[in-house]
Amino acid sequence: MPCKILEKERLIPGQTSKLVIDAPHIAKKAQPGNFVILRVCEKGERIPLTIADADPERGTITIVYLVMGKSTALLETLDAGDSILDLCGPLGRPTHIEKAGTVICVGGGTGIAAMHHIAKGHHKAGNHVVAVIGARSKDLLLFYDELSSFCPEVLVSTDDGSFGHKGLVTDLLRQRLETDKTVSEVVAVGPVPMMAAVAKTTEPFGVKTTVSLNSIMVDGIGMCGACRVSVGGETRFACVDGPEFDGHKVDFNELRQRLAAFKPQEKLSYDHHCKCTCAGEK
Amino acid sequence: MTATAERKPAGGRKIAPRVDMPCQPAGERIRNFEEVALGYTQQMATEEARRCLQCKNPKCVKGCPVEVPIRDFIGQLAKGDLEGAYRTIKSTNSLPGVCGRVCPQENQCEGACVLNAKGQPVAIGRLERYVADTYMALDACDHLSAKLTCPAVDPELRVACIGSGPASLTVAGYLSARGIKVTVFEALHEVGGVLVYGIPEFRLPKSAIVEKEVQALRTQEVDFVTNWVGGRTFSVDDLFAEGYRAVFIGVGAGLPRFLGVPGENLTGVFSANEYLTRVNLGRAYAFPDYDTPVYQGRNVTVYGGGNVAMDAARTALRLGAESVRIVYRRTRDELPARHEELEHAEEEGVILELLANPVAFHGDEMGRLTGVTLQRMQLGEPDASGRRSPVPVEGDTYDLPTDLAVIAVGTRPNPILLEATPQLTLSRRGYIEVDEETGETSIPNVFAGGDIVTGAATVILAMGAGRRAAKEIRRRLKGGE
Ligand SMILES: Cc1cc2nc3c(=O)[nH]c(=O)nc-3n(C[C@H](O)[C@H](O)[C@H](O)COP(=O)(O)OP(=O)(O)OC[C@H]3O[C@@H](n4cnc5c(N)ncnc54)[C@H](O)[C@@H]3O)c2cc1C
Ligand SMILES: Cc1cc2nc3c(=O)[nH]c(=O)nc-3n(C[C@H](O)[C@H](O)[C@H](O)COP(=O)(O)OP(=O)(O)OC[C@H]3O[C@@H](n4cnc5c(N)ncnc54)[C@H](O)[C@@H]3O)c2cc1C
Ligand code: SF4
Ligand code: FES
Repeated sequence: MPCKILEKERLIPGQTSKLVIDAPHIAKKAQPGNFVILRVCEKGERIPLTIADADPERGTITIVYLVMGKSTALLETLDAGDSILDLCGPLGRPTHIEKAGTVICVGGGTGIAAMHHIAKGHHKAGNHVVAVIGARSKDLLLFYDELSSFCPEVLVSTDDGSFGHKGLVTDLLRQRLETDKTVSEVVAVGPVPMMAAVAKTTEPFGVKTTVSLNSIMVDGIGMCGACRVSVGGETRFACVDGPEFDGHKVDFNELRQRLAAFKPQEKLSYDHHCKCTCAGEK
Repeated sequence: MTATAERKPAGGRKIAPRVDMPCQPAGERIRNFEEVALGYTQQMATEEARRCLQCKNPKCVKGCPVEVPIRDFIGQLAKGDLEGAYRTIKSTNSLPGVCGRVCPQENQCEGACVLNAKGQPVAIGRLERYVADTYMALDACDHLSAKLTCPAVDPELRVACIGSGPASLTVAGYLSARGIKVTVFEALHEVGGVLVYGIPEFRLPKSAIVEKEVQALRTQEVDFVTNWVGGRTFSVDDLFAEGYRAVFIGVGAGLPRFLGVPGENLTGVFSANEYLTRVNLGRAYAFPDYDTPVYQGRNVTVYGGGNVAMDAARTALRLGAESVRIVYRRTRDELPARHEELEHAEEEGVILELLANPVAFHGDEMGRLTGVTLQRMQLGEPDASGRRSPVPVEGDTYDLPTDLAVIAVGTRPNPILLEATPQLTLSRRGYIEVDEETGETSIPNVFAGGDIVTGAATVILAMGAGRRAAKEIRRRLKGGE
């Protein structure tokens, strides 16, 4: 059942966009931490994207994606009014949320949008949410306003110092943990090296750390094992056992290697796409 | 055609040898994904049908899990009554084109056929396939002419099926032909279960066979809703709240088992389900025209000995592997795959690495698979069941280079719906428990069947279970017998 795109916002032109999609059946059930699997067109690949927000009343979900390769480039060619051929969800275990005090939600790059839904969940549960977000520069920073609308504190870092702290999100996180002993949990969503760094930062403080893993997926319902990750020496399927896991137990090195499994094919596919779209056949 | 001498059965009548089925030549077919077996011609089918003895007490029927009136349809075919033959098969089997291709006939009807005593049973599977294919081709717009006699579908009598494998398709076919409105919810983007994501195109053509069967159900007003995940997009309770009167669960057993040996998460090690899903559902054989990629392997090893292992091995060959080995811990005699698949695999050049068991995978500094260590096995003393189980030969291990390993050592129940429906009573092995006669689960008016009840089994057993449940559902909704 194709689902219609109601709004499209180019957050970073050519790189990152936000789509609001008409999907009442998913919006009704979506919880923080859930994702969807979508397929843009008949020949397309199934790709997972996090539900960055859901509005059950309006019957919509929001996704934010970074153009990485073929499938996201194809998604980027769609506009408001167009439809996504297949949209399946909500998938994955929802974030474990309970009233626990102060929760720090760390987001990097496109992960900030994915983290937004989790932060909102913690806020609704009555937790004091500190958002710590980072990007390379100010104009690449996502969801600052959305997070500021409900988080009592939004701490920002940029690589070039154009906004907030000049440096990494982990600098801000470490400073906070050194001075604030009320932090009950740290949640991190972003690129693999960032999540690994967050887990390393929090470890000496003994603070519970949850990371959301973006392993390669095919079906997203536990039938293939493409998404398998090692957590505490055990193999888990990110799509049904996760995607959130204890950051102190995840084998990030293995995850990084597994994410590179299809590098040559991804390049081939992207080049093929560019050739086709330039030739005008899309 | 085999040059077996003509045989005389007990009755004295001369029985011609079994008619071989034409196939694409092995050297050609390993370069394409088209169907290997080409099917009988009319002449071949008639000749084969005439071999049947029309036994008074047909053993073949008892060998069939859904008791297709085999003798009768073969008799009709021998007389040239194709439509009659088709209707006879359809009276108990809703997917003859599929079953003719994938049933393990040697353990079922053909295994039980009296002529099997001489090793030359009637080629029942090939005849079934012939009847289904020919009938479909003859009467493509309405090959279910039985439809005319079907009562109109009552929109109030609604039944939901979760999952769209052969079990659910059978429920949908049976009930819709009896005036009940069926909606099938499938998590993936295509309908058919293992028939579309698992069994390869070269063995079961998707658009020519599976899609046609599904289309036939659509004409019976069955609705298919794809991308809906039971336990996530909706719950069983939601269905009852929306007015469904009964629910059938046919979600299969697709969760892959791994071996639990070191190195199993290296890139280059795949479950058979992932490998086959990429190729079949994702059409990765047509990459980059289609977007889903599949890992390229030069020296491929496949672990397991069933149909799934055969399918993975033969797929790898077609994708250009230089060598493909099936690593199996017992001997050739114990291989559980269909005989025909094993024969075809060997003809195509698949190598059997028997009495061997993987103990570790090895990789390079980038985490990519480079090799495997195998443990030599031998068959031990028969256990209580009389089966000789493999035991390691102490100290005898050897290494093989491999850059693509496909694990096909079995599956477990699909987890999502079961976790989301804790009221369902499960067996010790984690499958759904049902009443043997009705297929009803521990939740009233919720039925289940197929691999999610039995564990990985066969298409025909899944269909049999679907039929059993469908009969009971019909009885409850419409009364009478
Ligand atoms: C649970 C989950 C949630 C995600 N949420 C988001 C999100 O909200 N926003 C976002 O921008 N990205 C998200 N991702 C990552 C996103 O799925 C990939 O960027 C996307 O699949 C890339 O596809 P592509 O064809 O454009 O690029 P490709 O050229 O195919 O690949 C580019 C990169 O994406 C990764 N990738 C490729 N195929 C897949 C796949 N099928 N599954 C997962 N990763 C893949 C590869 O490791 C590669 O490094 C998420 C991933 C997961 C598992
Ligand atoms: C590679 C391979 C080769 C095989 N070869 C043969 C053969 O030659 N002969 C033979 O007889 N048998 C063969 N089998 C076995 C046979 O295919 C299965 O026994 C049969 O398909 C089981 O049917 P089913 O209806 O129980 O479920 P399945 O066919 O497994 O279908 C279940 C469906 O439910 C869907 N689903 C799962 N969870 C949910 C959910 N929560 N919500 C909605 N939908 C869901 C799945 O996506 C799937 O489409 C083979 C199996 C495989 C994997
Ligand atoms: S047992 Fe064999 S010979 Fe007898 S009716 Fe069945 S198919 Fe014909
Ligand atoms: S994506 Fe297939 S099992 Fe997780």
